Amino acid sequence: MMQHHNMVLVGATVIDETGERTADVRVREGTIAEIGSDLSVGDDEHIDVSGCIIAPGFVDLHTHLREPGMPEAETIETGSRAAALGGYTAVVAMPNTDPTQDCVEVVEFVSKRGREVGLCDVRPSGSITIGRAGTQLTPFAELAAVGVHMFTDDGLGVQDEGLMRRALEYAGELGVVLAQHCEVASLTEGAVMHEGECCSHLGLPGWPALAEELMVHRDIELSRLTGSPVHLLHLSTARSVEMVRAAKTEGLAVTAEATPHHISLNDERLASFDTRFKVNPPLRTMADIEGVKAGLIDGTIDAIATDHAPHPPVAKDRPLDEAPPGMLGLETALGVARSHLDCSWQHLLGAMSWRPAKIAGIDDRHGRPIVVGEPANLAVIDPDSQWEVDPSALASRSRNTPFIGVGLTARIRHTVFEGRIVVRGGKATA
Amino acid sequence: MTLHFRSIEEAGAERICRLLDLTEHMAAVGRRPNPKVPALRGKTVCNLFFEDSTRTRMSFDLAAKRLSADTMTLAVSSSSVNKGESLRDTVETLDAMGVDVFVVRHRTSGVPWQVAGWTPAAVVNAGDGWHAHPTQALLDAYTIRQRRGIANDFSGLRVAVVGDIRHSRVARSTTEILQLLGAEVVHVAPRTLLPPASDVATTSNLDDVVSEVDVVYMLRMQRERMGAGLVPDGGEYSHRFALDERRAAALRSDALLMHPGPMNRGVEMMVDPAELPQSTILDQVTNGIAARMAVLFELLGSGGIEE
Repeated sequence: MMQHHNMVLVGATVIDETGERTADVRVREGTIAEIGSDLSVGDDEHIDVSGCIIAPGFVDLHTHLREPGMPEAETIETGSRAAALGGYTAVVAMPNTDPTQDCVEVVEFVSKRGREVGLCDVRPSGSITIGRAGTQLTPFAELAAVGVHMFTDDGLGVQDEGLMRRALEYAGELGVVLAQHCEVASLTEGAVMHEGECCSHLGLPGWPALAEELMVHRDIELSRLTGSPVHLLHLSTARSVEMVRAAKTEGLAVTAEATPHHISLNDERLASFDTRFKVNPPLRTMADIEGVKAGLIDGTIDAIATDHAPHPPVAKDRPLDEAPPGMLGLETALGVARSHLDCSWQHLLGAMSWRPAKIAGIDDRHGRPIVVGEPANLAVIDPDSQWEVDPSALASRSRNTPFIGVGLTARIRHTVFEGRIVVRGGKATA
Repeated sequence: MTLHFRSIEEAGAERICRLLDLTEHMAAVGRRPNPKVPALRGKTVCNLFFEDSTRTRMSFDLAAKRLSADTMTLAVSSSSVNKGESLRDTVETLDAMGVDVFVVRHRTSGVPWQVAGWTPAAVVNAGDGWHAHPTQALLDAYTIRQRRGIANDFSGLRVAVVGDIRHSRVARSTTEILQLLGAEVVHVAPRTLLPPASDVATTSNLDDVVSEVDVVYMLRMQRERMGAGLVPDGGEYSHRFALDERRAAALRSDALLMHPGPMNRGVEMMVDPAELPQSTILDQVTNGIAARMAVLFELLGSGGIEE
C-alpha cells in the first residue's frame, strides 16, 4: 500500500450531504483532521484548489470490471484507475465475470485484487442465481458474510416471477439488496436498439420500452408483497420513472439508478450504425431522456450509475447484431451529468456519492459528510473545466466511449482515496 | 469524402434521377451486339457477400464485367468468416490487394457503413439486413419508368407493396425511391409483418387495393417467418396476401406486377406470372444489370462508354 499523504486542500467550496461552505480541509493519516479557514500548512503539502469543489468521493453502483475472465476488455487495475480518474472512491463490481461472482472464492478474489490495486474501493456484487442462469439462488448469507451487499444478475433480468419472489423474501431477512436488470427477455429477442420509428427505418430489431416497464412494475409489486428492498438498475424509459415515482410516494422500499448515456444520447445515434451506441437497455427517445432527467432532478431516481461496460475493438468491430452491448462511463460520468442535468451541485453530487453509498451499504466509509474524523475519500472537482473526450487518453483498457469528441463541462482534478492522492491534476498517480 | 451508394435516402433525389438516366443509357449499351465497354478498365470490383445471394452477386459481377472492371468475389456465410478473423480483418486484407469498390451484402443492417469506415474504397450496398437494397430500388424504379414510358416524375402513380414489409430491405428501399419520385405507396401486410412504427399508409386488406393500384409489388415471404409466430400458417398467409387467380384477374390491364425474386410459388404467388402480361419480373432481372452498371460507372467511371 502507498503511504498516506498529509495535505491541506486550500480554498475550495466543500459540498456534502449537510450543505455547502468555503473551507480548507486538512487530511492526515487517511482521515479528515481539520476543517476551517486559513489553516496553517506546516509540514503538510499545500494543495491550492481555489475555484474547485471538494465532495465526498463518488460511488458507482454499476461497474463492469471484467476481471476475472476478460482481461482484453478491462482489468480490476485499469478499471480502478478509470474510476479514480472519474472521481470514484468506490465501485460496485458487477457479477457477470467469468467465472461468475456467485461464490465466496470469486468474490474474495475480486475484493483482494481491488485492495492490491488500491486505487478505489472495489466492492463485488453477487449474482442472484448461480451462473446468472435464472434457476438456483446463490448463497446470499455466505456472500453477505464476506461483504457482499448487492445481488444482481445484471445483463439479464430474473425472468421467473416465483424465483424472484423467493429471492426477495430470502434476501430481506439478511439485510442485503437485490438489484434488477429490468428486461422481459421474450420481448427483446435479437434486439439491437430501441423499438420505435428509428429502428423501423433502419431495419434493426427493436427492444420495446415495455420490456423494461413490465419488469419494473413486477418488481415494485414483488417488493410490496415481500417487504424487501429492490434496486432498479439503469432505468431508461419515462414510464419506468413514473412507476418508481408512484412507488416511492407509497413508501415502498424501491430505489433506482440511471446512466449518463440515458440522459444524453437518443436512439437516432444508431443511424450511424456505430456499434459504440449499442447498449442494453438501449438508447431511447428524447421524451424518455426528459423523463429520466426529471426523475433524477426530483429524486425519484436516487443515483447516477455508469454501467461502465468495456469492450475491446475486436468485439465492437462486428456487425450490430453480433457486437456486444455496452459503453465506457467512469471517466465521463461527471462531465456528462453536469452538462445534461439542470440541478444544484449538491443534488448532483448526492446522486453520485452519498445516495448510492447508502444503496450499496457502504455509507460507513463513502459519501460521508466532510467533517473531522471521517475517512478521507474525496473528489476534487474543477467545475468550470471545459474538455473534449479523447478515447486514446482514457485509462480504461477499452475505447468504446460514445462521447468521442464531445465537449463536456466539469472534470476531476484530484481524487483522494483513504487519505492518498490517487489522481493529481487529472492524472492517475499509479 | 469517398462517394458510396448505400441507401436511397443517403443518395438523395438529384443523384437518384441522374442514376436513373444513366441506367437508361446502360440498358441501351446492353442491347448492343457487343455490350462490353472499356469504362472501368483497370478498376477492381470486390464482391463481398456474407449472405447467400446468387442472383444479386451474378448481376453485380456481370455489370462489372460489361464495364471491363476486374472482379473478385468473396462469398462466405457470415458464421464461417468469423472463425478467428473479424469482418474488419477481412475488409482490411482485401483492401490491401487494391480494391476500388466493395459490393457488400450482409444479413445485418449497417454493415456497408461499417465497411466504409475500414477502407478508403467506395462501398455499394448489395443488401444489408432488413435495411436497404438500393440497387434493387433503382432497377425497380427504372423498370416502372421504362414500362410506363414516363420520366423521373412518378406523381399520380399508386403502388401497393405486399407481404413481409418488416423484414424486407427491398420494401424499405423501393418504398423510399418511389416516394422520392412522387409515387403514392401503400403497404399491405398483417400488423406482425409491418415495422413497429412507420409513416407509410398501410392496409391488411389486399382485395381493397389490388384492383385500384398502378403497381402491385409482391415481396418474397420467407418460410421461416411462418414458424416464428408472425403469421399462423402458410395457408392463412396465402389466403390473405398471395396473388391468386381471383386477384390476378382483378389487376388492371395497364397495371404492373413486380417481384424482386426469387419467388416463393405457392406462398405469395399462386399464379404463374409468366402468363400475366402485367408481369415485369424478367424485365427487372435484365434491368438489374443496367442499374448496377450505372452505379459502378458513377462511382468509378472516367472513360467513355462508346462502342
